[in-house]
Formats: sequence, structure tokens, C-alpha cells
Amino acid sequence: MASIERSAAQVAVPLVSAPVTPASTFGALRRPVSTTGWKSWVFTVDHKKIGIMYGATAMFFFIVGGIEALLIRLQLAAPNGKILNADIYNQMFTMHATTMVFLFVMPMAAAFANYFVPLQIGARDVAFPRLNAFGFWAFLSGGIFINLSWFLGGAADGGWFMYAPNSGPIFSPTHGVDFWSLGLQITGIASLTGAINLIVTVLNMRAPGMSLMRMPIFTWMTLVVQFLLLFAIPIITVALFLLMFQRSFGATFFDVSAGGDPLLWQHLFWLFGHPEVYVLILPSFGIVSEVLPVFSRKPLFGYPFVVFSGAAIGFVGWGVWAHHMFASGLGPISVAVFSITTMAIAIPTGVKIVNWTLTLWGGKLWFTTAMKFSIGLIVMFTIGGLSGVTHSVAPSDTQQTDTYYIVAHLHYVLFGGSVLGLFSGFYYWWPKVFGKMLSERLGSWNFWLMVIGLNLTFGPMHILGLQGQPRRMYIWTEARAGEGFFNFGFWNLVSSIGAFIIAFGVLLFLINVVQTTRKGVAAPLDPWDARSIEWMTTNPPKEHNFDVIPTVHHLDEFFHLKYAEDANGVLVKTSTAEEIMAAQEANADKHIHMPSPSYWPLVLALGLPITAYGVIFSIPIAVFGGVIILFGAFGWALEPSIAKDTDFDPPASNNGSSKEVVPVG
Amino acid sequence: MWLFLGSECLLFGGLISTYMLYRGRVGTGPTPSQVFDIPFTSVSSFVLLMSSLTMVFAVSAAAKKDNRATSLWLTVTALLGATFVGGQVYEFAAFMSEGLGFTTSLFGSSFYVLTGFHGVHVTVGIIMLMAMVGILQRSEVPGEMSETIEMIGLYWHFVDVVWIIIFTLIYLIPA
Repeated sequence: MASIERSAAQVAVPLVSAPVTPASTFGALRRPVSTTGWKSWVFTVDHKKIGIMYGATAMFFFIVGGIEALLIRLQLAAPNGKILNADIYNQMFTMHATTMVFLFVMPMAAAFANYFVPLQIGARDVAFPRLNAFGFWAFLSGGIFINLSWFLGGAADGGWFMYAPNSGPIFSPTHGVDFWSLGLQITGIASLTGAINLIVTVLNMRAPGMSLMRMPIFTWMTLVVQFLLLFAIPIITVALFLLMFQRSFGATFFDVSAGGDPLLWQHLFWLFGHPEVYVLILPSFGIVSEVLPVFSRKPLFGYPFVVFSGAAIGFVGWGVWAHHMFASGLGPISVAVFSITTMAIAIPTGVKIVNWTLTLWGGKLWFTTAMKFSIGLIVMFTIGGLSGVTHSVAPSDTQQTDTYYIVAHLHYVLFGGSVLGLFSGFYYWWPKVFGKMLSERLGSWNFWLMVIGLNLTFGPMHILGLQGQPRRMYIWTEARAGEGFFNFGFWNLVSSIGAFIIAFGVLLFLINVVQTTRKGVAAPLDPWDARSIEWMTTNPPKEHNFDVIPTVHHLDEFFHLKYAEDANGVLVKTSTAEEIMAAQEANADKHIHMPSPSYWPLVLALGLPITAYGVIFSIPIAVFGGVIILFGAFGWALEPSIAKDTDFDPPASNNGSSKEVVPVG
Repeated sequence: MWLFLGSECLLFGGLISTYMLYRGRVGTGPTPSQVFDIPFTSVSSFVLLMSSLTMVFAVSAAAKKDNRATSLWLTVTALLGATFVGGQVYEFAAFMSEGLGFTTSLFGSSFYVLTGFHGVHVTVGIIMLMAMVGILQRSEVPGEMSETIEMIGLYWHFVDVVWIIIFTLIYLIPA
């Protein structure tokens, strides 16, 4: 059930911390009540803490995936590379892509969504806070589970799209693919529950006056993404189950000799896979749509067009999946149809690019790092989109498919699109989340190194692809390298150097984070003179987000609270952020009920990898994992979402003025 | 719950598509018409359909805050559901003894995966129903009780509708 805020006898007194002694609160099924320390993170249901955990974990996996990429580029920097043998190379590119897609971009977008969607709609948390926590722990355990394969016989080696028959037991005899498919099932559960949570939150918990067309674009794009996930995850779930039954229980779903059809896997995978790529890019589009207006000092141009084009991308994205299969023998009619739909989907994206450009046009531009990254996205994603349009032309795709030309396209849209957008979000929202400003100087270096690096790494891949360098080949030779301007040697080397430049840029970001944490400048409440209501909070926001739930009268409500037009139609500042906050605090709600922390999401999430491990190695372990899941599910269902007074120590009195009551979590 | 059921539509859609693709691929194993016992499965389907009716009664009783009647109808629903699952288990055992195993042919694999997934969903539903009965007997329901029963009802009806589709496509429409 939704944890709905209702006035009750319990008063949150934010500044008083009563001693809560663990001893008497830890009965077998008593709930956790810590407000500080590691327990306050591990058992939290607060969307902000969960968002930070998602972000930190995703950043860790970004580095893991980045190292995997660097190893690939080291191997390909010169002919006859000796860094990785063929088998390890297969594992490397499989895990690089799997990690980047499922363990970095998706969770990082989830981090932003978890942290900011409730704040942007004026809510105090999401609809199902324990489900939110569960989603994080399931993601973490799934991510660790997939990567365990490195240490337990070898990682998955069939490519991130895991085509049959390569994925079957004959060609992938180690357990890598089993870890991969079961691990992705676990992270899939996290995505699915997150999707249900955020959709219900956005549809049901918006502040008074916030109609759908007054929501910030980031929230809109997140909403579209959750619907995409809701319908796409079950499809890959089916595919992964069929694969698991084939590998672990002898079914022959994709085994040609038994009458199976490898194309079934391809269809199922890409029916998921294409909406998935919109899942990867739309959050970054949302971030850019927030950042550009703020740093252009202008409202977003064509807000309804940006909203509807996002929804259109979501819809049309379901009708293009077989453009990943143009060379698989579908036949001319299917190919022609999907070619046309793929061209069609470039249109709504183009609408966004136009709207962003027109937002910049005539604005008073302020080139902060966040702004640079957002403008970078516009340029780099457009390049990636152009190569994408060339793929939509099926005859030319027949040459391009399975070559580095595709690798160039996908990295321009994913790195130049998704990643640059996420970094824009980091620099934009860091002051709100952590209370400090990231260094703009280091940020500038971070930006330029990443952009120059990305162009040096992925630009030449267009050439390499058209010259015939295939994907997923662990080695290239002098004989194949060709001569003249377009030879493999020079451009592979440039690409590898570019990869290390990117790595250096990322390193500078991490240094920026560490330095800022140690001795960064404390951030003002509203450093960017922003427009949306997540900025109408303290740095970082209080546990209950808003002292008073705002009533929203406009799109860009925060901006309208700060500025008004005077008699001559000139914008003048009527309040500062500090004044608005002070007014909020003066009128603070007296009875705020926040959902309480809980063990059960963690228990349930831990049951999943145990069950998965058992499916691979030993059925009794799987049964044991199943018991934990059942136990966790019942414990969860029977626990009220808000702690009873007797769960506290000392037990809270019910008269509402007790200073011993601590806001839990 | 509606959102979750929306995603479940895609899940069963994928499994049904797989079955429709593979149902003619019997290899050396038995064909559908050789193993299916339509009258038996029809009775089983009717039982599940009736369980949806009793679920409606349970939801109605919950709306009237009649805990006793709610518990009664939830239990009847669960029993009917368990009868259905029992029928499925019996049917699977019969098929296996007639030579249709999980790995016998693609028809066998996809049949068992599809109906197996459905059976698991029914079983989870039965667990939810009995858990609800347990909660009603012993203590208070967290939150709004009739809302919870209604959500379980939605799930149960969904599982039933999926079965109608499966029954029609698998059993009634000849390959």
C-alpha cells in the first residue's frame, strides 16, 4: 500500500535526537530504528538515500565497465594484439556492454529518478518506499551476482545480446551465461518494481495544482521510461527463462538440430532491446531539458512538444525492433516496414533537438559545466543519430551491420548522449544533494577531455567499420589492415588513445568529487537560479523534503515564486530562495508521518541471488533461497509501513509532544 | 496492481508466442491431439472460472466489512484454485506417462513452460488468498482491507483470463 502521509499523533522533531538503544529494539521481528550510521543506510526507505546508493553503485560499475573497455582498446591498439586471448576478449566485450547498460546507465538514471522525481512533484517520498529499497538491493545483488562469474569459471561470452546458438551449452560451456541470465533476471525484477513504484508515485502523489502538464520534463521523461520498462522487462524475462531452461534443464528452445529457432531469441531480445535503448537515453534527455533552460535564463521552448515527442518516442520505439535483424533473413517486406518505422522514429527526436536549440537561441547563456555537458549531448547525440539514420536504410545497413560503424553509432548515442547527460546532471544537482559545489575548473577539464576523448575514440570507428573491421573480433592483422588513409592501424591506435583520454577525464571527475567532499565550497540554496521545485528545499533536503507541500500554480513554479513581471512587463526578482525557504519553515506542517525503515526489502533481495546460485549449482540451495524469499515476503506484508510507537526505544508516547520521538531513518 | 498486470500481459504474451511458434514441432514425441483430454481440461477450466465468481463474492463481502464472509469466500476461492492446480498436476503426470516430457520435443517444452508459469501464478495467488485469510483471523490488516482484497481479486481474475486464453489457444484451436 502507498505510504500516504496522514496527520497522526507522532510529531517529527527534526533537531532532537533521542538515544535509541539497539538492545531492546532488536527482537526477531522488531524493525530497525537507527537514524545514523551504516544501519540508517542499509535499512533505509528514504528515496534520497536510496538514490545516492544507486548512484554510488552505478559509478562503481561505470569504472568496472570502463576498465573492461580499456582492456579491449589495448588489445586492438596494434595488430596481433597479445593483451587478451580470444576467449577472454569475448568475455570482456560481453561484460563491458552488460555492465554499462544494465549496471551503470540504468541504475544511474534510477538514482536521479529516485532522488528527484518525488522532489520535483512536491512529494515526500515515493508511493512504495520499501519496494524502492528492495529495488536497490536487488540491483546490487544482481550486479554482484553477474560479476561473480569472473571468479567462478569465466564470465558470459556471447555478447550482451547473447544470440543463440552461441549462448547454448555447446558454445558457452562455462557457467558465465548462467550467471548472466540469472543476474539479469534479478536486476530485471528491480527495474520492474521500480517502474511500478514511480508510475504510481507520479500519477498519484503530485502536489496540489501540479497537473501533468506542469511537471518538469525530467519527471515526464522518467514516467515514459517507467512505462517502457514495465512492458519491456517481461519480454526479456521470457527470453532469459527460455535460455535458462535450455542451459540448465535440457530444453531445446534455440537448438536448431531439435527444431528450435534461433530467431525466436533475437525477436524476444530485441523486442525488449529496442525499447531498452530509449530507456537508456530518455532520462538524459530529461536532464538536458532541465539544465538548458536554467543556464539560458529562458523557459524551455515548446514544452508540450518536448513532452509529446518523448511519449511518441516511447510508443514508436516498440515498432522498430527488427532493425537489429536486417541481416537475419527476415525477408524484404519485414525489412522494408521496419526500415520505414526506424526512419519515422528519428522525427520525435529531431523535434527535441529543435526545441533545445530554440531554448538556447536568444538566451543569456551561462556556460557552467552542467551546461557544457548538455550542449555536448545535443551535438554528440545528433552525430550518433545521423549514423543511426543511415542504419535505417536497410541496404546500407547490410554493409554496416556487425561492423565498427555500428559500434561508432551506439557509442555516440550512449556515451555522447546518455553519459554526457548524466554528467550534466551530476554537476547541476550536486549542490542540492551534497551541499557543495563541484569545482567548475576541474569540471571544465572533465568535460573537454571526455568530449575530445569520445570523438577520438568513436569517430574513427565510422571509418574502421566502413573499411570492414567486424565487431567482436579479438585481433586484427597487418594483412587485413589495408593501406592509405583508411588503414586499420592508424585509426585503431587513435581510437585506443582516445579511450585513455576519456579515462583521464573520468578520473578528473572522481578527483573533483573527492576534493569537493573534503574541502568544497558550501553551496547556496539556489546556486543556479533554477526553475523547478526540487530547489525549494534545503541542501540536502530534509528527510521529509518539504516543510509545507507547495501548491503549484505554474510550470516552473519555483521560478514564478522568485520572479514576477512589473508594470512594464520586465522581470523583477520578488523573492530569493532563502526567503521562500524561510516562509516554508515558518508555516511548517506539524504532523508529518514518514515511512519507517525496514529489514524486509534487504532480506527479500538477498534471497534472490541465493536462489539463482542454487539454480546453477545445487537445487537444495535454490529451495533454501526460495524459503528466504517467502519468509521475506510474509515479513514485509505483515509489517505496517509506519512503525508503531512500541517499536521505538523508549517507546514513543502518543501525545504528540514527546521529545524522545526521533524521526526514524 | 493494474500496472503489474500490464507487465504480466507481456510476460504471458511472450510465452504464448513461443508456444504458438513451437506447437507443431513434436519430433518423435506425441502430438497435442494424442495427449490432450479436452473434457477433463474443460472441467478444470470451469472450476477456475467459478473461483473467479467466488472471488467476486469475497470482494463484495470485504466491501461490506463482513470479515467472516470474506474469509469464507477467500477460502472457497483458494480451494477451487487448488483443485485447478491439482487437476493440472494430474494432467502433467498423465502426459508424462504418455511420453510427453519437458525435453521430449519443442512442443513439450513450450507447453510445460507456458502452463507451468500459469500454474505457478495460480499457486502464488492461492498463497496470497490463504495469507489474507490468516491475517483476517488473527489480527488487523495493515491499510484498507477491502482495497487489499480487491487487488488480490484483480490478480486472481487476471490469472483466470490468462487461462481462458491459454485454454482456447492450446486446447481448443487445432494446430
